[in-house]
Amino acid sequence: MVNYYENHNANVHRGVHTLSLEATEMYEKSREHVAKFINAKESSEIIFVRGTTEAINLIAYSWGLNNLKKGDEVLVSLMEHHSNIVPWEITAKICGFKINYVNVTPDGILDVKDFENKLTSKTKIVCLSHVSNVTGMVNDIKRLSKIVHDHGALILVDGAQSVPHMKVDVQDLNVDFLAFSGHKMLGPTGIGVLYGKKALLQKISPFQGGGEMIKEVVFDSKNQRCNVSWNEPPWKFEAGTPNIEGAVGLAAAINYLEQVGMDNILTHEQVLTKYAIEGMKHLSKISFYGPTDSSKCGIIPFSVAGLSSHDVALLCDSYGIAIRSGYHCAQPLHQIFQLQSSARASFYLYNTTEEIDRFLEVLKELQTL
Amino acid sequence: MSAVVGDYVSRIEGTCGAESDVIVVLKFDKKDQALEKILEKATLKSKVAGMIYDLTFEEYSFRVYASGKIIFRGIKNKQTLNRVLADLLL
Repeated sequence: MVNYYENHNANVHRGVHTLSLEATEMYEKSREHVAKFINAKESSEIIFVRGTTEAINLIAYSWGLNNLKKGDEVLVSLMEHHSNIVPWEITAKICGFKINYVNVTPDGILDVKDFENKLTSKTKIVCLSHVSNVTGMVNDIKRLSKIVHDHGALILVDGAQSVPHMKVDVQDLNVDFLAFSGHKMLGPTGIGVLYGKKALLQKISPFQGGGEMIKEVVFDSKNQRCNVSWNEPPWKFEAGTPNIEGAVGLAAAINYLEQVGMDNILTHEQVLTKYAIEGMKHLSKISFYGPTDSSKCGIIPFSVAGLSSHDVALLCDSYGIAIRSGYHCAQPLHQIFQLQSSARASFYLYNTTEEIDRFLEVLKELQTL
Repeated sequence: MSAVVGDYVSRIEGTCGAESDVIVVLKFDKKDQALEKILEKATLKSKVAGMIYDLTFEEYSFRVYASGKIIFRGIKNKQTLNRVLADLLL
């Protein structure tokens, strides 16, 4: 990113001068890198957005508003982050389609039977997280995707918690759309990705209007209107000056992750998760939510008897340990767990067992409050 | 935010969750001074490792962290919180 700003900073796809061409080269190379990372068929299937939230909103508005109507159904799970619930609630109010919510069991697992029951011929799209941001539970997207396609529906996967932590292959999973964020995978904030199958992206209307996303804007003096035709995907969905340095930074982050190895990252996180859970189990006031086996990603939602999650987070903060507290933008899942809020410890490739030992010491201290 | 509260407090944040907790973030360079004032006026219930102070003031219970954060419970009204903070920090 520093190299980009110091040596190549210019707008992309705009000028014929050297800086602009260099910036364009860096931006489009970043797109190619992202495509390779998730094994997309081609780089035109990669749209740069602000993050997972914008990616899902793009589909809800651009695809949803033009393809969903009264009588149609959208299937969403109750373990979703609000960013995969609220865009559908907003567009449902506009279009009149019905949202069916798939149950989650009290131990935080997607109720596949309920999923199959609620998937009908009226279902047009299924919106699911790959990994729960609250529990770390991994959904079997490959299996679910097949069920969805057998019913003739599309599947949008929220990969915010999977792409940074495990190998994700969009062709193998056969998902129609995948959304993820740069800041959760060592990249900068304000950059994210929407993957979409090329054939679908070609049919979808633009999300926002402006420069770059158009082929031409021709003024028709007779009708006093401008006739606008769209650019090809992905540029059709990237109106205005994009977050060029963000895309470059994301590609650099991906490069780093690839060097470490996604399988190594997942294994490391699972080792840390198991280690932390074993230590926490010895503390009498701790309760866990969701699965506690090692098959999940590095997330541990928990509570401490007699303390609010914010107290737990503030105490950890006093010792320089950052954990989340609250709903984690997943209030419906907290309703299932019958929780007012929860504390959440999470791990990534840079965490160590020594740090977990320190975390456990702090939790021990919490028992005295 | 009253002037006295503004002198010591940088942010007041409602928490995410069903609890009606409020987090008050003290200005970093004033936190020790603020803590001294609070400890003079509030009743100390318990103290952990000189880092966490469990306190009550009037009918309100709250916890002060030496890192400069205070968590108030059960104060839903912003005006009440501002008044309590002003009384504590005067």
